[in-house]
Amino acid sequence: MTAYLLRRFLSLSLSLVAASLVIFLVMEVVPGDPASFMLGINADPGALAALRLQMGLDEPLPLRYITWVAGLLQGDFGVSYTYRVPVSELISERVMISLPLTLYALALSTLIAFPAGIIAAARRNSAADLSVMGATQLGVAIPNFWFAMILVLIFAINLRWFSAGGFPGWDAGFGPALKALTLPAIALALPQASILARVMRSSLIDTLDEDFMRTARAKGLSRSQALWRHALRNALIPVLTIIGLQFSFLLAGGIIIENVFYLPGLGRLVFQAITQRDLIVVRSVVILLVFAVIVVTFLVDLAYAAADPRLRRQRR
Amino acid sequence: MSIATRAERSFLRMALGHPAFVIGCALSSFFIALALISFVWTPFDPTKLSIPTKLQTPSLSHWFGTDHFGRDMFSMIMVGARVSIAVAFVAVGIGMLLGVPLGLYAAARRGSFIDELIMRGNDLVFAFPSLLLAIMITAVFGPGAINAIIAIGIFNIPVFARLSRGAALSLWTRDFILAARVAGKGAVRISAEHILPNIANLLIVQGTIQFSLAILAEAALAYVGLGAQPPLPSWGRMLADAQTLISLAPQMALFPGFAIIITVLGLNLMGDGLRDLFDPKLRRER
Repeated sequence: MTAYLLRRFLSLSLSLVAASLVIFLVMEVVPGDPASFMLGINADPGALAALRLQMGLDEPLPLRYITWVAGLLQGDFGVSYTYRVPVSELISERVMISLPLTLYALALSTLIAFPAGIIAAARRNSAADLSVMGATQLGVAIPNFWFAMILVLIFAINLRWFSAGGFPGWDAGFGPALKALTLPAIALALPQASILARVMRSSLIDTLDEDFMRTARAKGLSRSQALWRHALRNALIPVLTIIGLQFSFLLAGGIIIENVFYLPGLGRLVFQAITQRDLIVVRSVVILLVFAVIVVTFLVDLAYAAADPRLRRQRR
Repeated sequence: MSIATRAERSFLRMALGHPAFVIGCALSSFFIALALISFVWTPFDPTKLSIPTKLQTPSLSHWFGTDHFGRDMFSMIMVGARVSIAVAFVAVGIGMLLGVPLGLYAAARRGSFIDELIMRGNDLVFAFPSLLLAIMITAVFGPGAINAIIAIGIFNIPVFARLSRGAALSLWTRDFILAARVAGKGAVRISAEHILPNIANLLIVQGTIQFSLAILAEAALAYVGLGAQPPLPSWGRMLADAQTLISLAPQMALFPGFAIIITVLGLNLMGDGLRDLFDPKLRRER
C-alpha cells in the first residue's frame, strides 16, 4: 500500500507541475509581452514599464516560472491589475460562493440519481425504468444554462418563490444564502444527475447478474434484501468514480451558471477578467480550478484503491 | 460480394426496426437539413434589423417570432444550426484525426516510454475541462468560432486516444493479428489495415456522442460570449440575448433552447441506436 501511495503521489506531483507549465506557457509566453497585451496598443510607456516590473517580465523565463510557482505555494497569486488587490483576496471571497454551489449541486445530483437509478435497475424494463431512462435521455440533452433560465422564468418571475439572481452573502444568514444558491444548484445538478442515474442503473444491473447474488437469494434473502445488503455496496464503486469526475464538471459548469444568476463567484470573476484583459486573475482562477480537478481525481483513485485492493497491484 | 450486400441489407432492416435509432436519425437530419437550406434560403435575412417589428410573438410570417432587434428568430435558428454543426463537426474531427493515431500508436508500442508519455499527456488534457481551455485560449487570442473549435477539439483528443488504445490493446492479443505479424507486416500497417477497421464501429458511436457534447459545449461558450461573434447568429448567443428579456419575450429563450435539446437528443438516440446495432449481444442483455 505504501509503494502504491508513493507512486500515486509522485504522479500527482508530476501532473501538477505539468499543468502549471502548460498554463504558464499559454498565458505568459504565447501573448508575447503580457504587459503590453493587458494595457493595449496605446499604453503609456511609464505604466507599461511599471506593469512589466510588477510582473517581473524582465527576468528570464525559467526564473519567472519558478517565482510564480513559489508564490503559488505560499498562497500568493500576485496582484490583480484591474482591482489593485491581491488575487488571493479576490479568489478567497469568491470561492465561498463557487465551492458551496458545487457541493450543493453534487449533493442534489446524488440525491436524485441514487433512488432513480436503483428503482430503474430493480424493476428493469418496467414503466418506472422506462420513465427514468427517458427522463435521463432528456436530462443530458438540456443545456444547464437554458434550464437555469427556464427555472428563473417559472420560480422567480412567475411564482416569485426565489429571487432571479444575486447573492445576499453568508452574513445574511445561512437560510437566505442557501436559498439564493438553490435554483443555480438545481440547474447545475440536472444533467449530472441524469448521467449518474444511468451509471447507477447499469452498474446495479451488472451486479444483480453476478453469481454471489444468486447465492444470496439461495440462502433465503428476498430480492430486495439481497439488493440492499449485497448488490448496492458492490455497485457503488463505479458510481463513486463518476461522482468524483462530476466534481470537476460541476466546478467548470458553475462558471456558466454563475453568469445566469449574477452570482459573484469565480465564474463571474474570470469572465470580467477576460473582458478587462487581466491575465493575472485569469491564470490564477484557471490554475486553481485545474489543481482542484487533479487533486479530486487523485483522491477518487485512492478511495477506489482502498475499496478494491486488486487495483493497488495493477497499474490501470 | 453477394455476402456483403446481404449483410448490408440485413443491417439496414435491423436499423429501420430500431425505433430510437430511426427517431434519432430523423431529428438530427432535420437540423442538418435546416443548416444546409440556410445557405440558399431563409424566410428573412437573419442579420437585418427591423425595430418596428421587434419582440413579436410567433405568427404566420414570423414562425418563431422576432427578437429585440426585430430579426426573424426562425431564420436565426436556421443559420445558428450551421454554426453549431460546423463547430462541432470540425472539433470532433480534430479529436479523431489526432486522438485515434495517438491511441493506435500507444497500443502498438504498449508499455513503452512513448505509450506512457501519450497516456500521461492525455490525463493532463483531461484535467482541463473544455470550458477552462476555452477561457485560456480566449483570454489570450480573443473570442471567436475558431477558438471555440480549438478548445473543444483539444478536449476531444484524449477521449479518442484512450478509446482507441483500449480497444486496440485487446485486439493485439488476437490470433489474426499474430497471423499478420507472421506475414511480416509492421506495426503501422497492422494498425491501419487490421486494427482500425475493427475499432471503426466503436469510433463511430463515440463520435456521435462527442458530436452532441460538442454542440452543447459550443452553445455554452457562445452563451458566455466566447464563441461565434456577431453578426453571425448562434444558438448560445441567442439565449444570452434572451436572458434579460425572458419575462417580456419568453419565445426568445424557448426556441433556441428547443433547437439545442432536439439536436442533442437526436444525436444521442442515434449513438445509442448505433451501439445496439453494432453490438447485438449488448442489446439482448440490456
